Amino acid sequence: MSTVDPKTTDSESQNSPVTPHRKRGVPEGLWLKCPGCGASVYKKEVEQRLNVCPKCEHHFYVSARERIAQVLDEGTFEPMNEHLRPADPLEFSDRRSYADRLVSEQKRTGLTDAAVTGTGMVRARRVALAVTDSAFIMGSMGSVVGERLTRLIEWATEQNLPLIIISASGGGARMHEGILSLMQMAKVSAALARYDEAGGLFISVLTNPTMGGVAASFASLGDLVFAEPKALIGFAGPRTIKATIGIELPEGFQTSEFLLEHGYIDRILMRKNLKTEIARAIDYCGK
Amino acid sequence: MSAGPGLEFENDIADLENRIGSLERQTDRSGDIENEIRTLRLELVRQLRETYSSLDAWQTVQVARHKNRPYTRDYLNLAFDDFVELHGDKHFGDDRAMLSGFAKLDRFKVLVLGHQKGRTYKERAACHFGCAHPEGYRKAMSKMRLAEKYQLPLICFIDTPGAYPGIGAEERGQAQVIAESMFKMSRLRTPVICVVIGEGGSGGALGIGVGDRVAVLQHAYYSVISPEGCAGILWKSHEHAPKAAAALRFTSQDLSRLGVVDDVLQEPLGGAHRDHHQMASRLKSYLSRTLGELEVKTADELVAERYEKFRKIGVFIEESQTEV
Repeated sequence: MSTVDPKTTDSESQNSPVTPHRKRGVPEGLWLKCPGCGASVYKKEVEQRLNVCPKCEHHFYVSARERIAQVLDEGTFEPMNEHLRPADPLEFSDRRSYADRLVSEQKRTGLTDAAVTGTGMVRARRVALAVTDSAFIMGSMGSVVGERLTRLIEWATEQNLPLIIISASGGGARMHEGILSLMQMAKVSAALARYDEAGGLFISVLTNPTMGGVAASFASLGDLVFAEPKALIGFAGPRTIKATIGIELPEGFQTSEFLLEHGYIDRILMRKNLKTEIARAIDYCGK
Repeated sequence: MSAGPGLEFENDIADLENRIGSLERQTDRSGDIENEIRTLRLELVRQLRETYSSLDAWQTVQVARHKNRPYTRDYLNLAFDDFVELHGDKHFGDDRAMLSGFAKLDRFKVLVLGHQKGRTYKERAACHFGCAHPEGYRKAMSKMRLAEKYQLPLICFIDTPGAYPGIGAEERGQAQVIAESMFKMSRLRTPVICVVIGEGGSGGALGIGVGDRVAVLQHAYYSVISPEGCAGILWKSHEHAPKAAAALRFTSQDLSRLGVVDDVLQEPLGGAHRDHHQMASRLKSYLSRTLGELEVKTADELVAERYEKFRKIGVFIEESQTEV
């Protein structure tokens, strides 16, 4: 159910960071070109604005690590289930073996898999938090992502904690783990259903991109669904749709604004307001 | 029933079937002709057995997509009695790609849901070739509620290339409805049996796939992505679909080994498309037996066991946490 078209994957991998600390899509140098407005913007300034363009408010990629720092109170994050590591149950190989791919993705991103989960404080409110990182095999969900999320949700259920999941997953369910990846959608959704029955508050935050099996499972199941501006969000990839129906897709199709218009998200939030608005929602929902 | 429009790997088999057919059509058959028919029939059985005992992944996909393969409506006709079709999602429309209604199976009153592909071109177009829109999943959810409320076991037949990829589908929340359907199915307080009868195409399949028992027909497949889609992304060309099919490990044997399905239903010799009646009768006895096993469980037990069943799926390495 991976929905990212080959072109995207290629261009993304060309821009991929070589070291764990370099940001994806942000070339080295003092200046960078904003894909939103085409302007050359001063890199330092972008970074100071949480990776948002000072000219047009284009929201650049942020890594899971940076995202956690943006949303949680400083020094409060405690990771969970970092000891879970991806395996290669299908012995999958395309033009390259999945086993090799995993090793190089881990090296390149400094992550063990596409989701980081744990606990921390949002303006002094304790939460369970998960973040997916689109730099790790397109943020796709395989067994480790599914298991980490499920364990986090179960733990949030026991501890009666609000749950925040911030998605950046263009890859949907990870092809390299085949049907096991697809089943993670059911597993995580079932855990969320139990959490919901127990009265848990789930805030799902959609960022660029949130597609395929991730959009079609946990990301769409929030009591509250927030999105960053102009994120690509949808079920089928734009290329697949175009190939199926053979017509041009309308302007702004599958963006946050499109989803808001059609009633699938509660709010579009600028990155700088995300933390405050999560805290506010938690207060309204009485946890 | 013959295989109809041929599969490439079945050319020899189709030849044999044609020769037998033309001999059988002869009005006055001599003893020689009878003997020849007998010999050809034996050869046919031998070839079918040989071919179908070792289908590769790509051949499996072709069988699962065969135009004569029995669809949900065929099973409703052959294995069930008194089907009462129920339409509509009470929200937007009536998706023909998702069939639903009351039916009886042996002594059980049940609610059946299933993807429908359509047999004629007209039907296929009306069903979008088995690709459901959001209204299909909303229709499914509305029937699930009905099943739960009136304690009817739910039987889901999965047979879709995938949920429909289109503008309207996205506008009406394809991702959201599939997520919601899985979410609701996981807590449904009535027995749920899911059977992949042909194509188990990714999220569109799983949207009606969260059951107490999940079974797959021997030559059906169930995959995270279509082999063509996977080939397009990872091999950069749809032509590599056969390679992708093999890599994705989605045949009934693989699914069973990976712990994704509980049961594999053997197909008649040469595939379900050659003998609808026999396949329907095997399916019926499987469903009847399984309904019997599930009817003794309380709703709490069903929901708890269903949760555990999906909870266990996944393969990963758990490194020791002893070092601090």
